[in-house]
Amino acid sequence: MREVAIIGIGMTEFGELWNKSFRELVAEAGIQAILDAGIEGEEIDAMYIGGMSTGRFVGQEHVGSLAVEVAGLEDLHIPATRVEAACASGGVAMHQGYLAVASGMYDIVVVGGAEKMTDVVGREATHILASAADREWEAFFGVTFPGLYALMARYHMHKYGTTQEQLAMVAVKNHYNGSLNPKAQFKRKITVEDVLKSPLVAEPLHLLDCSPITDGAAAAILAPLDLAKKYTDKIVKIKASVQACDTLSLHSRKRFDSLPAAVHAAKKAYEMAGIKPKDVDVAEVHDCFTIAEIIAIEDLGFVEKGQGGKATEEGLTSLDGEIPVNTSGGLKAKGHPVGATGVAQINELVLQLRGEAGKRQVKDAEIGLAHNVGGSGGTCVVHILEAV
Amino acid sequence: MASIVAYGAYVPKYRIKVEEIARIWGGQPKAISSGLFVFEKSVPSIDEDTATISVEAARRAVKAGKINPKEIGAIYVGSESHPYAVKPTATIVAEAIGATPELTAADYEFACKAGTAGMQNCIALVDANMIKYGMAIGADVAQAAPGDALEYTAAAGGAAFIIGKDGIAKINDTVSYTTDTPDFWRREGQPYPGHGERFTGEPAYFRHVINAAKMLMEKVGTTPSDYNYAVFHQPNGKFPLRAAKILGFEKEKIEAGLLCPYIGNTYSGSSMVGLTAVLDVAKPGDRILVVSYGSGAGSDAFDIEVTDKIEEYERQGIKQMIENKEYVDYATYMKFRREFK
Repeated sequence: MREVAIIGIGMTEFGELWNKSFRELVAEAGIQAILDAGIEGEEIDAMYIGGMSTGRFVGQEHVGSLAVEVAGLEDLHIPATRVEAACASGGVAMHQGYLAVASGMYDIVVVGGAEKMTDVVGREATHILASAADREWEAFFGVTFPGLYALMARYHMHKYGTTQEQLAMVAVKNHYNGSLNPKAQFKRKITVEDVLKSPLVAEPLHLLDCSPITDGAAAAILAPLDLAKKYTDKIVKIKASVQACDTLSLHSRKRFDSLPAAVHAAKKAYEMAGIKPKDVDVAEVHDCFTIAEIIAIEDLGFVEKGQGGKATEEGLTSLDGEIPVNTSGGLKAKGHPVGATGVAQINELVLQLRGEAGKRQVKDAEIGLAHNVGGSGGTCVVHILEAV
Repeated sequence: MASIVAYGAYVPKYRIKVEEIARIWGGQPKAISSGLFVFEKSVPSIDEDTATISVEAARRAVKAGKINPKEIGAIYVGSESHPYAVKPTATIVAEAIGATPELTAADYEFACKAGTAGMQNCIALVDANMIKYGMAIGADVAQAAPGDALEYTAAAGGAAFIIGKDGIAKINDTVSYTTDTPDFWRREGQPYPGHGERFTGEPAYFRHVINAAKMLMEKVGTTPSDYNYAVFHQPNGKFPLRAAKILGFEKEKIEAGLLCPYIGNTYSGSSMVGLTAVLDVAKPGDRILVVSYGSGAGSDAFDIEVTDKIEEYERQGIKQMIENKEYVDYATYMKFRREFK
């Protein structure tokens, strides 16, 4: 296995991009990443593109071929593969790209993720997103994702005394971080009161506890570490890339206060990277709902199980805290174009590790961790990156 | 250019509160009210439709302006809820006010801006000396699927403007901004419109309203400070306030014409009824910017200047009409809207 580096990143602005088509988003993120890496198109050996439900959101499947066409690489006939694992599609695409380079099969690999969600109305988007749950045993009975995460929140509150205010503090923190990210969907700061006063979606989750519907795309260019030096002196190494799966349905899960796939992926990733949770300087975690971030920082070992809410309240994960979490604004404020999210997390970590994160820069960040979840925890991907 | 010689408006007296609709559908009334800046909306009675509302508004205009109806050479009724798919509302109005048979008449449809499109046609016919007076009406009994977000605002009402020469308010200029933007629609045979939710905001309402206003001000060489009043289409109370802020109009300048919080969105009537409320209080020399919006999509912008003649004009006061109201519950509202089949 070869060591793998990230030599370029690219990301569109996230938001309601009414004037940009799915194709344009893919092209924009891809071109940015190629320019950032300073590679020629002809050097690309393969592509992996995450997309959760492009077929139902915009009526476009066969996204691999689309990416080759917008990249103008049709004459090279490079292999391009669309990867799907619900909201973890981007993270799984990264994992596939990592495996392809590490194995020695390909040298330069483009990893991307894209979703255009605003072409359908809200009701339809909720229905499409529910396809990431168990259709037969969850969705058919009316369960939606806010409902599933509300169940987890209820249980966490019951078992550990986590409060609605603590949930709200996740959103407040991430909106603050989003206000420092020019590409974030929401750049406005909010208060705990704003969250608690926003309409209830699925008790105890209010509107501002939930990540939004977003259009956007992100990309990253991978290369063997040995080759990376040829392209850039701002190399970020992938120290660990781990994917873990679990039951599709929440009710079949062994635990409701944790995502066992995340615990498993994190444990293996720390082993692979040879680090401990406390060594992480900055993390991007899958805060599709505020409760998800609280569970994530516990599952990742940043705090003990049950202490996520309290730790958030005490500022552990704030921008100036011990382990800043979701410096980009997270899914909550940066936005959550489902298939792009995993790659967007990698974008943020690379910016942080290169020292290019502007006003939200974490000082001397050397090790970053990305935690990307599909569904209610059926898939989890953890990446650990290091500035070289 | 031509001018407004008379106007009249009509809003049914029945109201339903946002709380009452929210009670049925499990909405949070305070969040909805403050989110939309709408408190209640007008409800047409069981025997009211776009034709009766148009006739009411037309009669008020003819009476207030002391117009000889035989001198009205054109009547256009803009609506998205004409009672007939084939058979004009405009002929009903023409017959009711005694304008027949020597006139041209037609129905218009352009979502919520069909009425102002009729105004532009009347202006053109008057300026071309083809007619002495032209009447443009915007009226609707707006449809909304029970339980849809539109139900909180879809209201009933309308206004009629008689366009001629040397009237109470000069129309200095008018421009339109039009694109094909499918934010809101109703296909043949469908009982209720569909809409693109948040797509109806930024790329639809705001893009067209803001651009039409800017185009007009650039054409006539004005800035917001040159206007005493501004009226924007009012799909809810929030959008016109935000449009005013983006363009740089102080809130005070749009309050006189902002009726949506109290009567809801009267669709084709919306900006036109708002303009009648401004004319009810305007003084000679006052300058008014009016921008309509119709989904699909387009905006008509007008630069209007009130003349000395307004002082002799018999103003009827739409605000007084609105204050004379009676609340109905959801079941009565459903009965009035003939939703029980």
